[in-house]
Amino acid sequence: MTPLLSVRDLHTRYAVGRQVLRAVDGVSFEVGRGETVGLVGESGCGKSTLGKTILRLVPSAEGSITLDGADITHLGDSAMAPHRRRMQMIFQDPFGSLNPRHTIRTVLDTALKVHRLGDAAERERRLVEIIARVGLPPDSLDRYPHEFSGGQRQRIGIARALILQPALIVCDEPVSALDVSIQAQILNLLVDLKREFGLAYLFISHDLSVVRYFADRVLVMYFGRIVESASHTTLWRDPRHPYTKALFAALPSADPTHKRGEPPIKGELVTTEHVTGCRFHSRCPAATDRCRTEEPVLRPLGEGHHAACHYA
Amino acid sequence: MTAGAALLSVDKLSVAFPGHTAVHEASFSISPGETLALVGESGCGKSVTAFSVMRLLPPNARVASGRISLEGTDLLALSEAEMREVRGARVSLIQQEPMTSLNPVLSIGLQISEVIRRHEKVSRKAARERAVELLDLVSIPNARNRIDDYPHNLSGGMRQRVMIAMAVACQPKLLIADEPTTALDVTTQAQVLDLLDDLRHRLGMAVLLITHDLGVVAQWADRIAVMYAGRIVEQAGIEPFFASPMHPYSRGLLGARVDVDADEHYGSHRLTEIPGSIASAAGQTGCSFAPRCPVVQAACRQAVPPLTPLGEGRAVACPVTTSVPLANRPSFPLSGAGARQ
Ligand SMILES: Nc1ncnc2c1ncn2[C@@H]1O[C@H](COP(=O)(O)OP(=O)(O)OP(=O)(O)O)[C@@H](O)[C@H]1O
Ligand SMILES: Nc1ncnc2c1ncn2[C@@H]1O[C@H](COP(=O)(O)OP(=O)(O)OP(=O)(O)O)[C@@H](O)[C@H]1O
Ligand SMILES: [Mg+2]
Ligand SMILES: [Mg+2]
Repeated sequence: MTPLLSVRDLHTRYAVGRQVLRAVDGVSFEVGRGETVGLVGESGCGKSTLGKTILRLVPSAEGSITLDGADITHLGDSAMAPHRRRMQMIFQDPFGSLNPRHTIRTVLDTALKVHRLGDAAERERRLVEIIARVGLPPDSLDRYPHEFSGGQRQRIGIARALILQPALIVCDEPVSALDVSIQAQILNLLVDLKREFGLAYLFISHDLSVVRYFADRVLVMYFGRIVESASHTTLWRDPRHPYTKALFAALPSADPTHKRGEPPIKGELVTTEHVTGCRFHSRCPAATDRCRTEEPVLRPLGEGHHAACHYA
Repeated sequence: MTAGAALLSVDKLSVAFPGHTAVHEASFSISPGETLALVGESGCGKSVTAFSVMRLLPPNARVASGRISLEGTDLLALSEAEMREVRGARVSLIQQEPMTSLNPVLSIGLQISEVIRRHEKVSRKAARERAVELLDLVSIPNARNRIDDYPHNLSGGMRQRVMIAMAVACQPKLLIADEPTTALDVTTQAQVLDLLDDLRHRLGMAVLLITHDLGVVAQWADRIAVMYAGRIVEQAGIEPFFASPMHPYSRGLLGARVDVDADEHYGSHRLTEIPGSIASAAGQTGCSFAPRCPVVQAACRQAVPPLTPLGEGRAVACPVTTSVPLANRPSFPLSGAGARQ
């Protein structure tokens, strides 16, 4: 069976002044029907860009995107329209993605109208239902985005993505602005929808505990590339890439008697620099001369586990 | 709550929007140099509380009652001009959604310099030098070369460092950080929070840390205040809180956490929710958590339980859980860290 989504050697570049930033630099992966793929990595490594490129919200420079067996990489607006409904995105920045002059009713109703889903009564029924399912009070529909708290706006973004009943949702930090009890509510909702409608998710999150709970498979991204991928059980049992290990080590423990150590890696990802060899070598505690000159490729370690490290 | 003079004390603060009250008689205090974590359900009034202290409430909001005093100054009594002197100099705010609070068309150096020049009579050149020092202070590598960068040239972590540099430029006594690391990965988060912690020691600054991340609370805060539907329902030191949260909402919060060490997966384990929603608190009398509370009693629906001091810096607004002596208290189902200790 063809996977729901297949991404092959995808590249996305931004012009930053006179320089070119390779935000996504040769990424390949698949998402199966009903599968949840977690995507983690440092701020600025290209996760949102990858999500937006897949949804054709930013143009790709190279590579291909296939949805349900159809190559959508270069489709024009009208040919793309039917595919748009099948893929939705929950945006990382809920405020920036909501028109401040539109009430929540208008935001959600417009989405339904654009895709010609239901008559007025049917649309109203769906609006009321979705608002309740994301845990917002019914009177939210007639309010404007600025009248909500950060977490409430995030739930509006979730409602907007869900209301079209897509096959794939790119969730970009969908629960990071939410307190743990609403987070639990939303994650349970996403699980229910997955069971009811066979929804698949590409789930971007900084919260490793949430990814561990929610993803079937996890991709670890560093500076535009996937550096490790594995099933959620394998990754937590046996992380192989030093960056993945650093991520796990930095997770703060919710036990105050367990004192935190030094941050495992320091500094920032400098994305405009030209690097030779492994992209992680300058921050890697175990880098050797080989790492400084030869770039490691993503190689199989068995059981669907891959890592891009000479010493994995 | 704590002995000695408080740096900030918020006393029975109520803030209303047309048609609803966002903050209800919230009281808490912060001692000099301490980090107080403010946690609570999304929409419970944390940011509104922060904005009240800064006197930066949206135009449709109104402080209905209460007092906010910073080092003895009654902030609510100040004129706007006087408040401008306080903002940035004695108390500053790092806002939630940092993308919206940096100006995209001004270089970061200029933005930091402006903050300095708003409060101190220094030349443009001197302010620029200070901006370089500040970028250095927040560990931006190669600060002198990055000072003319625009916000979009920076990674999320670096932007947050710039926000911190701006916030501490005039060495405030109190820094309010509204979810400063929510947008950051865990390795960057650890560095940013260590930076804040280091600055707090070096500058003798107190921090009001608003966050949803209980791991962040456990590792970086001294005390916690839990807010529910606009009210502070529990205040405690960090270790006692995680060892035995007392308000039923606090217990629910720790129970709803996704426990990373427990190897739970959605395929086999459903996350514990606190049943109901905060919306059920609207328009009812008594404790606002009553409609969702597992240990609710008839009296809870009659009157709002006051935040009652229990000694050792702890205060809880629940007569039901606090009436039983600690040793005889029935254990509560918890999957959080508290249960493991
Ligand atoms: N429109 C744009 N123009 C130029 N550069 C951009 C643009 N959008 C993103 N970038 C840059 O591309 C890189 C990848 O950004 P992206 O937002 O995809 O990262 P991310 O992994 O989602 O980070 P975060 O975890 O902070 O959300 C960053 O260096 C960012 O500064
Ligand atoms: N401008 C506004 N007009 C009307 N209501 C508002 C406005 N801003 C906030 N509110 C309401 O006030 C309440 C408190 O909002 P606040 O932003 O303080 O929540 P919060 O605790 O910071 O939540 P979050 O964790 O989601 O950021 C919410 O119910 C929100 O809907
Ligand atoms: Mg992003
Ligand atoms: Mg807020």
